[in-house]
Amino acid sequence: MVAKTLKAIRLMADFLQFIIAGTTVGAVYTLVAIGFSVIFNATRIVNFAQGEFLMIGGMSAAFLLKAGLPLWAAALLAIAVTAAVGMALEVFAVRIARGAGILMLIVLTIGAAITFRGVAQIIWDRNYHSLPAFSGTAPLDIFGASIAPQSIWVIVVCLVVVAALHLFFTRTLVGKAMRAVAADRDAAYLCGIDVNRTMLVAFALAGALGAVGGVLIAPIALIHFESGIMLGLKGFAAAMLGGIGSFPGAIAGGLVLGLGEAFTAGYLTSAYKDALAFLVIVIVLIARPNGILGKSTAGRV
Amino acid sequence: MPKMKQLAAIAVAFCTLPFAGAIADDAPIRIGSFLAVTGQGAFLGDPSRKVLEHFVAETNAAGGVEGRKIELVFYDSRTDAKEAVNFVRRLTTQDKVDLIIGGNTTGETMAVIPFVEQAGIPFISLAGGSVVIDPVKPLVFKTVHTDRISVESILDHARAAGQTKVAALSGPGGFDQSCRTNLVDLVDDYGASIVADEQHGAGDTDMTAQMTNIRAAAPDLMIYCGFGAPSSIVAKNHKQLIASIPLYMTVGAASQDFIDGADGAAEGVYVTGSAVMVADLLKDDDPQAAVSRAFVASYSKAFGSDPSSFAGHAYDALVLAVDAIKRAHGTEPKALRDAIEATDGLPGINGVYHLSATDHMGLGPKSLILTRVENGRFVPTE
Repeated sequence: MVAKTLKAIRLMADFLQFIIAGTTVGAVYTLVAIGFSVIFNATRIVNFAQGEFLMIGGMSAAFLLKAGLPLWAAALLAIAVTAAVGMALEVFAVRIARGAGILMLIVLTIGAAITFRGVAQIIWDRNYHSLPAFSGTAPLDIFGASIAPQSIWVIVVCLVVVAALHLFFTRTLVGKAMRAVAADRDAAYLCGIDVNRTMLVAFALAGALGAVGGVLIAPIALIHFESGIMLGLKGFAAAMLGGIGSFPGAIAGGLVLGLGEAFTAGYLTSAYKDALAFLVIVIVLIARPNGILGKSTAGRV
Repeated sequence: MPKMKQLAAIAVAFCTLPFAGAIADDAPIRIGSFLAVTGQGAFLGDPSRKVLEHFVAETNAAGGVEGRKIELVFYDSRTDAKEAVNFVRRLTTQDKVDLIIGGNTTGETMAVIPFVEQAGIPFISLAGGSVVIDPVKPLVFKTVHTDRISVESILDHARAAGQTKVAALSGPGGFDQSCRTNLVDLVDDYGASIVADEQHGAGDTDMTAQMTNIRAAAPDLMIYCGFGAPSSIVAKNHKQLIASIPLYMTVGAASQDFIDGADGAAEGVYVTGSAVMVADLLKDDDPQAAVSRAFVASYSKAFGSDPSSFAGHAYDALVLAVDAIKRAHGTEPKALRDAIEATDGLPGINGVYHLSATDHMGLGPKSLILTRVENGRFVPTE
């Protein structure tokens, strides 16, 4: 009886451990998914360089730290740098090619992603880099499961970012303008909204969001010039799952994907972990054939 | 009639052979190389290239070998077996090199072997997989410990410590899977058994789920079969969840990057590796002490950073080649091949080489140094 109870307790602790693992990873996917959504909302482009924003953020932070900056300054500067990269992508590529149609612009972002990876290899290097955990590595114990302080950082920052974005899009003029452009670009233009500026803000925001994800994950998973590929695809899967363009959807998608992966790894085998993420894309695309480029729902502004 | 022609050709060849030798005497020795300088194997190929270029220049500055300079003909295979094949064909047909050092990955190495054999020149591979030299191929040698030896060295240490219940975690790569297969194959011989056999995917950022399962299996030790950055993540997650279970890693984690990336979690982790990592801590009478210290000193001076454990592979290949060329008094393929095979007691970075007709690597399990991470660096265990 005692043995049975102990076993039940241990299984519960294991279950909780999987939930913690899934939530942490899910929060990172959420940040990437939100980056996808912000740009999608303002431009209808699926920005496949979103994962690279994450890589650029993490790599810049790592190198700024190595250059002697304190961690917080390196992190903030890295976010600013990546936001600037996002703006550069908009000004020097997307804006110029805007007439070419959405599909071409999506291909353009794939090209940008490859370029970013190449440039990162040259200006930094091909090695893995890491940041120290923000507040130590001594894990906390919750009901027999253990959570790393960095995981708490990831989850909390993700929630704060989502809340802040929600306020930005509902309370500020720029945010409302972005939603207006998303709803109907021509109508927004006629109302006097500067569409160019709106798109610029969207790319800067997406860059900053990516960098936040990169800086948060670097202490957990290390970062190198190809880190953005997998995280970008997973974030894309999360965005698709929750409905691209929707913030609650991004959270739901990130969580479902993260937890799904953790449970697959825990109870089946993680050899299928990535397959699960891509199966999600396939299923969603089959279930909603006009998923990504089809009609999206836009609310009242 | 064609037969006559052949005979004539042979006769001419025989008559001109001494002259050819005389002409070749001060002609440079041509070493061909294809390395994975870019692509997935870059962390292997990049140091290999630096080492070959630097030490070839150093050898030449010291007067060369047998009075001849060494000329390095080098191509970047981009970690692509198809490219590797193309470059090897170019090396053997156009560049007419005397021997080939290269092939950072097992895949590239295996792909080029038929073409090396066709050309009939010796090939010293820098790949880890045991298939490269098992079964023995007359012209193919290698200087990198096989994954199997890493596993043997770990199991040997575990047996001495009375640890029998093994938990395995392995990644998706070729090295990872080969290491795992060897582990499954070898545990019985060491009186051990596998109680957990976990895997992780490419680019995984979190392995606490696997650690949780390993904890549930209550093993005596955990062995990680993997390469590069995941090693640091494994160390972190291991420390978070199952710090009390000894963690062993293979040569895949034998670099300072592993320790730095683990943010303190590498402390106490056992890693099998080579003399490069512990050159300054070796006893002075250790046969590898002199050669590894000289290597580290020369590399650090030239590149401003300490060499990774992987840098030693190419150095050993070059040392093996130069030593054999001296003993063969030239680069006649057959004599050179025989000389490499007859290498006996040559100290290198990865161990003291004792090659034979049945062993084209010549490194036993004892040649690996089992280290433990202490205060942020590798320290030999005995």
